Amino acid sequence: MAAIYSLYIINKSGGLIFYKDYGSAGRMDTNDSLRVASLWHSMHAISQQLSPTTGCSGIELLEADTFDLHCFQSLTGTKFFVVCEPGTHHMESLLKYIYELYTDYVLKNPFYEMEMPIRCELFDINLSQAVQKDRVALLGR
Amino acid sequence: MQFFGGSEISPSPPAPTVSGNNAHMMYVFNRNGVCLLYREWNRPLHTLSAQQDHKLMFGLLFSLKSLTAKMDPTSAEKGNLGVPQLPGQGCSFHSFRTNTYKLSFMESPSGIKIILVTHPRTGDLRESLKYIYNLYVEYVVKNPLYNPGTPIRCELFNTTLDQYVRSIA
Repeated sequence: MAAIYSLYIINKSGGLIFYKDYGSAGRMDTNDSLRVASLWHSMHAISQQLSPTTGCSGIELLEADTFDLHCFQSLTGTKFFVVCEPGTHHMESLLKYIYELYTDYVLKNPFYEMEMPIRCELFDINLSQAVQKDRVALLGR
Repeated sequence: MQFFGGSEISPSPPAPTVSGNNAHMMYVFNRNGVCLLYREWNRPLHTLSAQQDHKLMFGLLFSLKSLTAKMDPTSAEKGNLGVPQLPGQGCSFHSFRTNTYKLSFMESPSGIKIILVTHPRTGDLRESLKYIYNLYVEYVVKNPLYNPGTPIRCELFNTTLDQYVRSIA
């Protein structure tokens, strides 16, 4: 059983720039993943409008019946979100670490064009290592 | 999908999770998206008119439900994104949290949606929402003067609800 089901990264206008599946049943095709990502972008924006107090920065955790969705928004508006098993801990730190990897291996890559889909081998390698490590840490508990 | 055992009000309400007055507001929608009830306890920020606010809230819940139904990682049969789902069909959600509030959501088999917005650090309110649903059944549905599908105007329901919400959040 996987602790993390999938990871999405969307740019500041809601376009999907990275999607990785770690073993969910019936994985989504490309079109559906794009739709889901932009839908999440708008739900995130609407949730800020409905806040009863000022200073709302959007949904951080969505608890569904069969999964949890943790979302982290960077200062520039790029959103990172993971779909994981209900009740999984330390997802905030994992998302921050993924953000670190993104700044190191994607943004510092001279061939990467901003807001475009991420195709960086080093990012892929380091990301799968991070997720693997996270899974081992979860199993060790 | 959970079913609600009988229409009896459970003898004792579920234990409070946080003490103090932390509830912001509450919505009740029917299956057609009509806002049956809106209660506000502590809401300093109003960005929209009341009607627009209700519409936006219903739209958010509807779309989040289709999102969770499509994302469900445990089932392979998910259908297309955006296809309307019957209550209890597909993977739904029970709460989401932002840095300023937590929204708890419950849908009954007949499509009544109960939404409670509280402080972000409130615990699990699923049992409390079930209890509020029982209050709705007791004080609204069983009221002979109440016309289904119209906004709720039952004094007894409002006072009991206020009292109960103050005790849980």
